[in-house]
Amino acid sequence: MRNHKVIHRAVIENVSRRDVLKGIVATGGLVIAAQFFPRSVLADGGSVNAYKTGADGMPGGTVYDPHVFVSIAPDGTVTIVAHRSEMGTGSRTSLPMVVADEMEADWSRVKIVQAPGNEPKYGNQDTDGSRSIRHFIQPMRACGAATRQMLEDAAALTWGVSDTECRAQNHKVIHVPTGRSLGYGELAAAAAALKTPPMNSLTLKDPSQFRYIGKGVVQITDLRDITMGKAVYAQDAHVPGMLFAQIERPPVVLGKAVSYDEAAAMKVPGVVKVVKIDPTPMPAKFAPLGGVAVIATNTFAAAKARKVLNVQWDDGPNKDYDSDAFKQKMAEQAHKPGRVERNEGDVDKALAGADKVVERDYYIPHFSHATMEPPAAVVQINGNKADVWACVQSPGGTRGDVAKLLGLKEDDVTVNVTLLGGGFGRKSKCDFVLEAAILSKAMGGKPVKVVWTREDDIQHAFYHAVSYQHVTAGIKGGKVVAWRHRSVAPSLMSNFMPDPHRESSLELGLGLIDTPFNVPNLRLETGEATSHARIGWFRSVNNIPHAFAMQSMVAELAAEMGKDQKDFLLEMIGPPRIVDPRKTVTNDLWNYGDPWDTYPIDTARTRRVVEIAAKEAGWGRKLPKGHGMGIAVQRSFLTYVATVVEVAVDDKGNVSVPRVDTAIDAGFTINPERIRSQIEGAAVMGLSIAKYTQITFKNGRVQQNNFHDYKVLRIGEGAMDVRTHIVPNGIEVPSSGVGEPGVPPFAPAFVNAIYNATGKRIRTLPLGDQLSA
Amino acid sequence: MKLKVNQQDRNYDGDPDMPLMWYLRDELTLTGTKFGCGVGLCGACTVHLDGKAVRSCVVTMKEASGHAVTTIEGLSTDGNHPVQKAWRAENVPQCGYCQPGQIMQAAALISEKGKPTDEEIYVAMSGNICRCGCYQRIFAAIKTAAQGA
Repeated sequence: MRNHKVIHRAVIENVSRRDVLKGIVATGGLVIAAQFFPRSVLADGGSVNAYKTGADGMPGGTVYDPHVFVSIAPDGTVTIVAHRSEMGTGSRTSLPMVVADEMEADWSRVKIVQAPGNEPKYGNQDTDGSRSIRHFIQPMRACGAATRQMLEDAAALTWGVSDTECRAQNHKVIHVPTGRSLGYGELAAAAAALKTPPMNSLTLKDPSQFRYIGKGVVQITDLRDITMGKAVYAQDAHVPGMLFAQIERPPVVLGKAVSYDEAAAMKVPGVVKVVKIDPTPMPAKFAPLGGVAVIATNTFAAAKARKVLNVQWDDGPNKDYDSDAFKQKMAEQAHKPGRVERNEGDVDKALAGADKVVERDYYIPHFSHATMEPPAAVVQINGNKADVWACVQSPGGTRGDVAKLLGLKEDDVTVNVTLLGGGFGRKSKCDFVLEAAILSKAMGGKPVKVVWTREDDIQHAFYHAVSYQHVTAGIKGGKVVAWRHRSVAPSLMSNFMPDPHRESSLELGLGLIDTPFNVPNLRLETGEATSHARIGWFRSVNNIPHAFAMQSMVAELAAEMGKDQKDFLLEMIGPPRIVDPRKTVTNDLWNYGDPWDTYPIDTARTRRVVEIAAKEAGWGRKLPKGHGMGIAVQRSFLTYVATVVEVAVDDKGNVSVPRVDTAIDAGFTINPERIRSQIEGAAVMGLSIAKYTQITFKNGRVQQNNFHDYKVLRIGEGAMDVRTHIVPNGIEVPSSGVGEPGVPPFAPAFVNAIYNATGKRIRTLPLGDQLSA
Repeated sequence: MKLKVNQQDRNYDGDPDMPLMWYLRDELTLTGTKFGCGVGLCGACTVHLDGKAVRSCVVTMKEASGHAVTTIEGLSTDGNHPVQKAWRAENVPQCGYCQPGQIMQAAALISEKGKPTDEEIYVAMSGNICRCGCYQRIFAAIKTAAQGA
């Protein structure tokens, strides 16, 4: 292979690269003697895998094959495969945009197609954990660079010239010495016939030459379709001959239908079949909850018939689950010694010798994702093959689970991924797809669409874990010398293994045992909690309760000591340094599945976002009566986010949020426009959590069932002025994610602001009417 | 039963209690009208009935009979209704699922009020939930669209 590092640096030393490009375009066919600029002038963007990520530890890992991801039609249309699911974060646009930029494609001539579930072919597709950019910016750049190189090689072969004289630029390859060019469409066939260049031979574009990456000029690919009602979600999937199903599920997890009125349901016009589905004992992974399904020729008939089924249930082992009683149980656990998960210094001694000991309890209930699109899926079975249309975050996993359920080979199951009308973690669990598979099978393979209603969604979710946190801090000589934190929450691992009865390593790494706090005596413990519902990850997961407790407690200690919240938060974070708790944790310290060397806990970055958010918000500025500002910070999903919330509390205790300032350091960023939208959305979801959302159980049953009693934020109820401040980083700073990390700091910043506005401290979420009572 | 959907005459002889939403979605495959809550609490299924915004999940076919229905598919022929354009200019959508309903509600608001006040926007749009939290941009897009009204 040729030497890509043959860069005529001396020639171009004093010429900006953009000017060089302009010059070439302007001079057209003129030859600039001895000054051709081979592609390596453009390609100086560092090595292909400049840093390691956890991507290859995920199912399917990464795939380096431009033939899989890119195809070019003779008319020049470039088609790029999006292999991650689109639920609103923009990854379906952003990753293809990375490929397009690196291959010098003109975005207006790029089409995006969605990959079906096939992880051996595309690499990992589990769109979860804020991983899409983090794990795929490097592989997608490599894919684009390889395509660019193949197009250049194809041009060189066509012209019979040296490949070093050919440079790809904006959808064509230019022969630099002569200025002649060939469009990508003209080169498509020749390029496609070439072998993929070895990854270590690739050169990447210099970031100064990016057209789209980091610019915020590319709009989401589905924008026009969305505004015209043409965007297709799983609820909209339509397969000829399709039947529609609704399922009456057990009101208590692991409940069984003992009797039901099949005849009454069958009398409803349009109903074709009633099917009983048995529950799967825990750990059930994503197996359906069971219940009684009605299959009909339209959704309304199925819904109507479902109401007359009159199912009698054997509620099973979770029938006594009661949120009030469970809260008491959790509180008892939190108030006695737990299992030590991280230990530094001697907390007991430090507490005994403290001038003052402050103890506080914090509680956050269950909540449900309530994606605007309730779960839905269509499954059709043809002999030994099955086709699926579903709104899944995990098309690869779904494919495996459907294949296993139906006894088919994975290769014979096609999971077509629709757009997702919201995800937030709910649609990583494919129980609703498995339901459709069971029902299609019951109908001899006919296409069956399972439609979840809003009531189904709220009553049968995988709930965010309820949690109780008890924090004890010792103050001595104006410093916090001891921090003992007991965290109690049922574990989502109870879906996958025998209930561990406490948070697992994975959950503890979400903002508890990875705390950067600079306290000499620190002990983090867990208490017992049994899972009586399906617990599942919800956008940012246990970072929500952990950040709520820790960041509220910091503000409480600041108040105890008469210090400024922001100044004291910086004091608790301590000096800029790398924090490495791996030596002081009892079990594993999970770093979101990514290597510590790439993504350490860097308090310089934690401090920086705090300082930026405070400065941009005008921390300390004079506020109107009834207003207050609060601050909180959290490193979650390897991204650093600090939020300043301003609240206004009226005489009746109504709280509004006139302004939010959030600083985010997500490493090198791809699409600032989508980062802003994620941060704005995180503030809305954060405010929903802080003010409204809670799922409660009584007699094992969820007590909420639609948006009247499971309230979420509506327009004008706050967070209408969210300002996002993105920390600029070079491409050498590993990218992290933005989907989840905006959520955790919001609720503590909100209650810290309420404290500064009113002097009242909120320790239990949601706020509800606590200020007006 | 006879009704007009996006200027087209339709006959319906099914269950008169069927919500208009399921008729549009299941029978006409006009799936731009979204199912969100089924009880008129979220606005995802908003359509125009004789020009007024309604929740099609709580309007029965019996009630829709004899009226003219406009869905998101019929709001404009080319997707260039001022509200649709403003939605794109402001990059409103995230997941996009609630947006047809938001757009139909906003279009009815602007057609009725011209340049609505902030308060009128909040009141008119408060029935449309967006779980992704695009409210700040929805508000901005309505202001933008109203400029051209």
